[in-house]
Amino acid sequence: MSTIHLVNESTAVPVSWYLLLAAALFGIGTIGALTRRNGISIFLSIEVMLNAANLALIAYARQLDQRTGQILVFFVLAVAAAEAAVGLALFIAVYRQRRTIDINRINLMRH
Amino acid sequence: MEMAVFALFALLALGSSLVVIAHKSPIYSTLSLVMTLFSVAVLFVLLGAPFIATLQLLIYAGAILVLFLFVIMLLNVGGREEGLPGGHRLQLITSVLGALVFTAMLWMLLRPALGQLAPAPLTEEMVSLSGLAQDLFADYLLPFEIVGLLLLVAVIGATVIARRPTPEELSGGGGMAEAGAAAAGPAPTYAAWAQEADRAAGGARPASVPGGSGRPGGAAGGKP
Amino acid sequence: MNLDLVGTALKLAVILGILLNVVPVMVWVERRGSALMQDRPGPNRLGPLGLFQALADALKFMFKEDVTPAAVDRPLYLMAPVIGLLPALTTFAVVPFGPDVTLRGHLYTMVIAPAQTGVLLFLAIASLGVYSLVMAGYASNNKYSLLGSIRASSQLISYELALTLSVLTAILPVSSFRLSDVVDYQVRHGWNVLPQAIGFLVFLVAAFAETNRLPFDLPEAESELVAGFHTEYSAMRFATFFMAEYISMTSLSALGATLYFGGWTLPWVHFSGLAGAAVGLAVLFGKVSCFLAFFVWVRWTFPRFRYDQLMRLGWKVLLPLAILNLIVVAALTLGGVL
Repeated sequence: MSTIHLVNESTAVPVSWYLLLAAALFGIGTIGALTRRNGISIFLSIEVMLNAANLALIAYARQLDQRTGQILVFFVLAVAAAEAAVGLALFIAVYRQRRTIDINRINLMRH
Repeated sequence: MEMAVFALFALLALGSSLVVIAHKSPIYSTLSLVMTLFSVAVLFVLLGAPFIATLQLLIYAGAILVLFLFVIMLLNVGGREEGLPGGHRLQLITSVLGALVFTAMLWMLLRPALGQLAPAPLTEEMVSLSGLAQDLFADYLLPFEIVGLLLLVAVIGATVIARRPTPEELSGGGGMAEAGAAAAGPAPTYAAWAQEADRAAGGARPASVPGGSGRPGGAAGGKP
Repeated sequence: MNLDLVGTALKLAVILGILLNVVPVMVWVERRGSALMQDRPGPNRLGPLGLFQALADALKFMFKEDVTPAAVDRPLYLMAPVIGLLPALTTFAVVPFGPDVTLRGHLYTMVIAPAQTGVLLFLAIASLGVYSLVMAGYASNNKYSLLGSIRASSQLISYELALTLSVLTAILPVSSFRLSDVVDYQVRHGWNVLPQAIGFLVFLVAAFAETNRLPFDLPEAESELVAGFHTEYSAMRFATFFMAEYISMTSLSALGATLYFGGWTLPWVHFSGLAGAAVGLAVLFGKVSCFLAFFVWVRWTFPRFRYDQLMRLGWKVLLPLAILNLIVVAALTLGGVL
């Protein structure tokens, strides 16, 4: 019960602040995904973006007093796990072929 | 109280996510992302989603990012990446783009929420685990099953992709498997090792693997 | 003054005090126990039965020079031991250690964090411990350390699955994540270890792997990797890794005792009130010491697994066993047997 108690005491933080934070995190993630060259770092930036989306979903769930947002985040977590597994396997396979995961050097399709 | 916790962990999330995208070493980026995830999990608790917060720690921080670290160390790509080829111009463009994305996101997120700034106080029902389970296994059963299937497919796919080619496949395969031969051969010779080192150093010289199909290395020297 | 806050501070002080004192005692038990099993005296010079040897060790660790090798990645190198200690200490917060106590009309629960997601929170925080090993191994800039931490990350991920599944199976009939509900359930239905024998076996094996204890101490593996992930550590930082290992053993033992052996309760005996809480704490740690003694016994009995054997055991034996057990227990629970 104490969790509920803690949260119930004050509702001082408006939900829009959480949304502001989510948007900021998403923007940071976008910059990272666009500037980095190491494949794994790009991957990590995308995880930041996913987390920003999760935060927004949970914030809306709070705002609208519905659990649907939480359910969606649950699914996002599962899909993120699948994505990480396949993505990292791809990096291992690419590295075995090309000895690098620098995306600027993985350019067979360009030539 | 809630405000202080929010401020602390919002700042932590922002700071650590900046480190994620700015640090040259992927190891530091990953560890910093753990901090981001932890801070966001705390915010989840504040928003009345303790179960999701716990899952975030258990799945994201406890499993996915450990997998990232494992791969980074396995491939030994923990070193720093070189500077950007485009230099400051590219960074400027992406920063402007990021700011644009931020503003667009903010507008889209805030538009429906602006009307009602103070949320209703948290109800016991909102936080309850059994309610969440009820939703998940009644209303969202089909998506739940599909996600289960997706995970299964992902496991199989990842295993197939990351698997080392077997010797039979290597002898039968074309140029595709050449680099694999050097990496996966039972006892690589010095020559094979030297070629690998060449590739690692980014040398564009065509290299042929002894015992391979004899075609110039399709990987490093594919197209001069 | 907020009474809840005072209560929590007191509980924290008691539990932290016990957990930190477990370490020297366990060092002594480990050394004397190994000596007993190998038919040699062991440390016997300092104090009765060599009891003060642990104290001397602690003093030595504190006053020894703390060497930081030149080639290490300093921030990670310095952070790693602390990060190992934190999750080990934190996880105990969700383990109940006594009956609810009412003092002057105020209810105190005998658990530091009565979180709704109880046992999941335990697993989530415990899973963060692996970062310490990975950071230490990577930051040390030493190939043995790096090998140790690669081993650690894959081993811990692999066995976490089996551990989590066995824990979830244990709480399935209870239908609550709260460990105090698990204890209540066992008061009514008897200890979990009998109906959940397979789950307990899986839990036990996975617990050995999660705490890097022999026969699964691959990340350290003295005979192959010098000292594995903590090769480059000395003095107090090395001791911190040691503490983290023993404390996470203690926390996992407490989880095992709570899930399968009734936690702080005893069958056919009922205790309540403040004295009851003290007895409950004693009972819980009595059960924990049985677990810890078992940890020591196994360590000095079995040789180390090979790495491929470890992986095969985790993925091809423990995991299917845990899944099968989950299905059977779920069916039995639905059928109303459990």
